[in-house]
Amino acid sequence: MWTWFHKLSSPPHFYRLSGTMIPWFGWLAAALIIPSLYAGLALAPADYQQGDGFRIIYVHVPSAMLSLFVYMFMATAAAIGMIWRMKLAHAVAVACAPIGASFTFLALATGSIWGKPMWGTWWAWDARLTAELILLFLYLGYMGLRAAIDDTNRADRASAILALVGVVNVPIVHYSVTWWNSLHQASTLLKKGGPSIPPDMAIPLYGMILGFLCFFGAVSLTRVKREVLVREQNSKWVKDMVTSK
Amino acid sequence: MTARQQRMLIVVLVLAGVGVATTFGLRAFQENLLYYYTPTQVQAGEPPLNRKFRVGGLVVPGTVGNEPGKLEKTFDLTDNGAMVTVHFAGILPDLFREGQGIIAHGKLNDEGVFYAEEVLAKHDENYMPPEVAESLKQIHGEEPSQ
Amino acid sequence: MNLMEFIDMGGYGAYVWSSVGLALTVLILNVVTARRAVKVELERLKRRYGNEPTQGAS
Repeated sequence: MWTWFHKLSSPPHFYRLSGTMIPWFGWLAAALIIPSLYAGLALAPADYQQGDGFRIIYVHVPSAMLSLFVYMFMATAAAIGMIWRMKLAHAVAVACAPIGASFTFLALATGSIWGKPMWGTWWAWDARLTAELILLFLYLGYMGLRAAIDDTNRADRASAILALVGVVNVPIVHYSVTWWNSLHQASTLLKKGGPSIPPDMAIPLYGMILGFLCFFGAVSLTRVKREVLVREQNSKWVKDMVTSK
Repeated sequence: MTARQQRMLIVVLVLAGVGVATTFGLRAFQENLLYYYTPTQVQAGEPPLNRKFRVGGLVVPGTVGNEPGKLEKTFDLTDNGAMVTVHFAGILPDLFREGQGIIAHGKLNDEGVFYAEEVLAKHDENYMPPEVAESLKQIHGEEPSQ
Repeated sequence: MNLMEFIDMGGYGAYVWSSVGLALTVLILNVVTARRAVKVELERLKRRYGNEPTQGAS
């Protein structure tokens, strides 16, 4: 376990490993997202209340789930980077932020588009929506803080603290719909007694969620590669690799 | 304690400290976080007087009255405890129907009628095809919603 | 099911298709920006090493 951990934390090893992993994640994501999206839009039955309007779920729920998953991933990487002084872990956290921000934006935007016809409003200051908006600001704040600090080591430490402080918002987003009366309904998939959605509607949704996770794998590793190049630009292996091409 | 253990402790303390502070903060502002009051809370006089607030509940079947020639509608909202009569003149969302969860924003008048300026529909977390909903309705003799 | 019905989405076409379009845009932009970031960095490093005396790196 620990030797594996140490080997993984060596930047040249990680860089090469990313190179082989990215296509796998990428094609797996495409192989999951394309058929699942088609099944969700064309094959799944319409909802008894929302008709075909409910199909927005197939992009809204995966992006909302990813927005929380990426945050936890980012905060965990930042904590590992802080505790073990591992630069690669900080690089992973840095790579997560813009991806997480984009999926938080997507969750908010598709939710808004869904809310207009069903609820009757684009936006409401209810607990779930507000907490998700705060999540977007946390991602943007993380990126802004890093951009404001020139020294990489100092930026790593300061942004890791911000990422950790923001973790408190993750359970708030998740439980907001059960803790307080809200306009947003409770969770369909993660509820007591199992999901309240039949398999022919749920399977494309699971496919989309898995596809989005693989997509995150591919895109985050690509961004980590860039981050490793920047941080290791004075090392011999980067120079050898770049000049030998 | 090694330097690494010290840093680990810092991470744990940051998480715990922020968690505790947020819990107290949220408890203190609990009321402001509620998006709406239930009819039971309205009957108990919990919502602020002379100020706009939201009330949420299910539309009681058979109470949706339509004054002829007017856009105005009245209907009762219930949380299966108390009831509030809502008056609204405007366009209702697509999901407005009897038995549906509704959130109205407005003011109570002196007679206890809620004059809404905006009506939003709240839907539940259950999804199913129409045929399944229909057969559930036959089994339970009621709408499966909420 | 015919194509017109599929596009119309029971009257919710504008909402459903704008959501799907937005999602695809976010996915594509993620791929494009991430790949370009690596490419730009590799090119910058190539230029940097090219301008350095040969024994350079530490």
